[in-house]
Amino acid sequence: MGRITARPILAPARPIVFNFVLYRFVSLALSLVAASVVIFVVIEVVPGDPAAFMLGLNAQPDTVAALRDQLGLNAPPLERYFQWIAGLAQGQFGISYTYKVPVAELVADRIWISLPLAIYALGLSILIAFPVGIVAAARRNSAADVSIMGATQLGVAVPNFWFAMLLVLGFSITLRWFSAGGFPGWQAGFLEAMKALTLPAIALALPQASILARVMRSSLLDTLAEDYVRSARAKGLTRGQALWRHALRNALIPVLTIIGLQFSFLLAGAIIIENVFFLPGLGRLVFQGITQRDLIVVKSVVMLLVVAVIAVTFLVDLAYAIADPRLRQHR
Amino acid sequence: MIEAEPVARSIELWRTALRTRSFIGGAALTAIFVIAALVSFVWTPFDVTTLTIADRLQGLSGVHWFGTDHFGRDIFSMVMVGARTSIAVAIVAVGIGMALGVPLGLAAAARRGSLADEFIMRGNDLVFAFPALLIAILITAVFGPGAVNAIIAIGIFNIPVFARLTRGAALSLWTREFVLSARVAGKGAIRISVEHILPNILNLLIVQGTIQFSLGILAEAALAYVGLGARPPLPSWGKMLADAQTMIGFAPHMALIPGFAIVLTVLGLNLMGDGLRDILDPRIRRSRT
Amino acid sequence: MSLLTVENLSLTIGETEILRDIDLTLDGGEILGIIGESGSGKTMTALSIMQLLPQGTRSAGSVRLDGRELLTTSEAELCDIRGKSIGMVFQEPMTALNPVKTIGDQVAETALVHGRESQAEAMRIARETLNRVGLPEARFPLDRYPHQLSGGQRQRVVIAMAIALGPRILIADEPTTALDVTTQGQILTLLQKLVSEDGMGLILITHDLAVVAGVADRMSIMRAGRVVESGATLEVFGRMQHPYTRALFAASSHVPPRHVPPAPKAGEAPVVEVQGVIRDYALPRHTPFEARQTFRAVDEVSFVIQRGENVGLVGESGSGKSTLSRAILALDPMQGGVIRLDGEVLTAEEGASRAARRKMQVVFQDPYGSFNPRHKVERLVGEPFHLLPDPPIGPERRRLVEEALENVGLASPDADKFIHEFSGGQRQRIAIARALIIRPALIILDEAVSSLDVSIRAQILDLLSDLSGKFQVSYLFIAHDLAVVRAITDRVMVMRAGRIVEAGLTEDVFNNPQHPYTRQLIAAAPNLERALAARRAEAAR
Repeated sequence: MGRITARPILAPARPIVFNFVLYRFVSLALSLVAASVVIFVVIEVVPGDPAAFMLGLNAQPDTVAALRDQLGLNAPPLERYFQWIAGLAQGQFGISYTYKVPVAELVADRIWISLPLAIYALGLSILIAFPVGIVAAARRNSAADVSIMGATQLGVAVPNFWFAMLLVLGFSITLRWFSAGGFPGWQAGFLEAMKALTLPAIALALPQASILARVMRSSLLDTLAEDYVRSARAKGLTRGQALWRHALRNALIPVLTIIGLQFSFLLAGAIIIENVFFLPGLGRLVFQGITQRDLIVVKSVVMLLVVAVIAVTFLVDLAYAIADPRLRQHR
Repeated sequence: MIEAEPVARSIELWRTALRTRSFIGGAALTAIFVIAALVSFVWTPFDVTTLTIADRLQGLSGVHWFGTDHFGRDIFSMVMVGARTSIAVAIVAVGIGMALGVPLGLAAAARRGSLADEFIMRGNDLVFAFPALLIAILITAVFGPGAVNAIIAIGIFNIPVFARLTRGAALSLWTREFVLSARVAGKGAIRISVEHILPNILNLLIVQGTIQFSLGILAEAALAYVGLGARPPLPSWGKMLADAQTMIGFAPHMALIPGFAIVLTVLGLNLMGDGLRDILDPRIRRSRT
Repeated sequence: MSLLTVENLSLTIGETEILRDIDLTLDGGEILGIIGESGSGKTMTALSIMQLLPQGTRSAGSVRLDGRELLTTSEAELCDIRGKSIGMVFQEPMTALNPVKTIGDQVAETALVHGRESQAEAMRIARETLNRVGLPEARFPLDRYPHQLSGGQRQRVVIAMAIALGPRILIADEPTTALDVTTQGQILTLLQKLVSEDGMGLILITHDLAVVAGVADRMSIMRAGRVVESGATLEVFGRMQHPYTRALFAASSHVPPRHVPPAPKAGEAPVVEVQGVIRDYALPRHTPFEARQTFRAVDEVSFVIQRGENVGLVGESGSGKSTLSRAILALDPMQGGVIRLDGEVLTAEEGASRAARRKMQVVFQDPYGSFNPRHKVERLVGEPFHLLPDPPIGPERRRLVEEALENVGLASPDADKFIHEFSGGQRQRIAIARALIIRPALIILDEAVSSLDVSIRAQILDLLSDLSGKFQVSYLFIAHDLAVVRAITDRVMVMRAGRIVEAGLTEDVFNNPQHPYTRQLIAAAPNLERALAARRAEAAR
């Protein structure tokens, strides 16, 4: 082979998986750092003097100075940034200016509504989209396929918060099966709490499920046309077996990407939907923070949500590694 | 399979015709709202800034076709003006996304694997970690609410969408033999990008543009609904829904009508995008000539 | 009664007739070669026997396996027959295997779907079958994934999948077309071995007469959905009744009329001079923490091409021949060495100057990917004008394009058409017109006739030979097909693993190869005359 130094064709599998995870982990950390810098710059550098901004136009200079002191704004930005990050690492987000309590406490109360809501909705979305997308692809151009595609076309077009209002109108006001909003708290029992989250989760899930079902269908149609499905049929597999054993797993690879993206939409959607159902979640907190110019709260909540999105991206990358032995690194 | 080509051709033709119907339907729906938005500049049945409390919460009638809201404003007129806000925000946001995203994607593909490519792609990843809503929250927290925030937030989110799409499609074109031939003919990266790459991904961009346009309308509505978008007195579909929420029990038309406006516009755009995809697909175009 | 009998098989999709009145028979232990050019219906015939036709096709006639009519058999029973009684091997081994399943699972699946075998029993069958097809356990454990194997190894896995249950019939649709010459020979030998060991019938579908001549007992020649001639292989080649058979035979061994290249004038620089060229590729890293590894694709290659000379460069895939051509075209930077065009040095960093680029052009393999689908032929053919200091415009440009088109046997109104209005052979003519339009000294033909059917290929070879004489242009003719290279070149170079292992006058190299690799290549390459001679000798014994 002369002086060729190619990697051996039969490379050991384990170190690559390990390196892959390590690489994704480093890239996760870098994304977090970059995101925190962006948030810090927008909140603390762009407004000029955050203290004056938070107090409004009529504030007395000495009140502003006191707040500057309290917020530690007299330190240079770089130092403030590292203090903020150090605080975040210890779970300390700072003291809310309006509530006068640690932001960590405020967030801890509320995240247990927003996060379960987003996960609940993601679960529903997957549960609906997978069977629907698979049926549509398996029975391509049938009546079932045409009606599913029509329904999803409509589902994609419906804004989730409006759909939420329709659900309230139908199931709470007219049928009275659910309360129109509010949250009893997890201490009221798991089922009670889940019931309160059910309409919001459906409102979030259905539009996303429509997108996911369409992606599932087209991805499956692509893999069904692959040569290896034909090979499987030549081995004697039925159409159904070939779909189930060969096409589906390959079709899941692009679907995973969409699921990862959807989580960030669902999280963002959750803080909007909370408004419709009067759920005391992160959404309510951040919108109050905006009206009251409580930048500390806004900064912390946004950072938290970005962390969640990046963490989910990381998990999706790991799922890739499980689903695809080639471990191809998509960009 | 070459054997099947003439047949595939007729099947495809037939299918194109059918899909074109979806394009025509979608384009017609979209046109209705675009025309309503344009007409609202010169004429609306009622003035949307005048509050007539005496006429409040009327149902659908010959005078007020879509009824009135809690301030007695004519909902039909508000839907017309709201179309203007939605379409303007979405168009500008998609424009920002395309104007910045496409050149970035082309540049990244032309210099594949370079530091610039890496930088652009990592930047894209970063933006993807901020859903449009979070960008809007950050901007609003610092600058206060307004339609411009919505445009910027949705626009920023659109940049990586177009950059990725462009880069991906351009990368596969750069390995094609006609691009190699152009390089053999001495053409440079910029010239090849403009002359050979861009025309061949234009269809893709147009289709994605209509999709992003419809997503932009949904996003604008959501931002306006939570108070991060257009401010009063400028009517917007999302804000109309926010107003309707507390009155949904006794004035459901206030919630239903703007909602339908959003659904129909988005549906129209999506159908148009699907139709365009099939009409512009070069494989189908080839079979038509 | 034959094992497989196909009678009056017709196939239509919508209004279009795909197959008409196909008659074939196959016995156990027999190899039936089906030969034809693209679009002749060979693959559709195979899929009809498997009953794996695309949706919307209607078939009529009869396909009987051991007397059992397959056209009327229910889908459930067909599933039972496929894989158990009839196995099939496809052309493209790179995509025929599921990338997310191990090779063991995929071979064992054949056994699992057909019987009541336990998982362990199915895995045992998989192991045995893989051993039989030449993938021993030591190097190919069951938990390998397809992407860890080469093309030839994957094709062996596909064959293992098809024969795991010892089917009565194996259908192989162009099983070697996507493989390198030496691998091709090995796969054909394997198929022959399986036929003689198991006594199964093999239908071997191919476009290559030499392959059929080498291994088939009987053959059928297809054209436009019909069988035009069939019979015992030697008989068919002996009588060649049908004009199409004769045309196909003539095209397969076509040698274009050649002219003698002019002797190099004293003091004239060679058209191209390659000295110690090195091309390293950086291998993709799985993570940024690994050290960057490089792959040396071209390893200190040197050669010279004189004016008007046609030089062949042969080698298998991965030997570095295309990489070398890209280096000469200054598409990629070199890591060492010097390339001179007409005496002018190409710089490694900046690529070639316009003046240097003007002296060389290229024709690629794929007649479909070589042109921007959005431009008209006039613009496509005129693209190299970009290299001229004073490019022609308007009527002058048009005149030159029309002249170039006429030179390659096309008509001047073709300049106003789009590329999709042309067939593959016509597109290759347009590519040649584009390469010729600025009268370069050198044209690199990178597998330029490889994707063409034999009859079209013969015409393009004639054209190339004619143009080379007319315009004194030199060719660097890159190909994996030895017969084609032999027909059109004056000198030939054999490349392997980035190095030129042998070079010399074409006839010398082919008649008296010095390097063992060259000998191996020539021995493995399907050669119609040699195959026929061997079969005749065998029959005489």
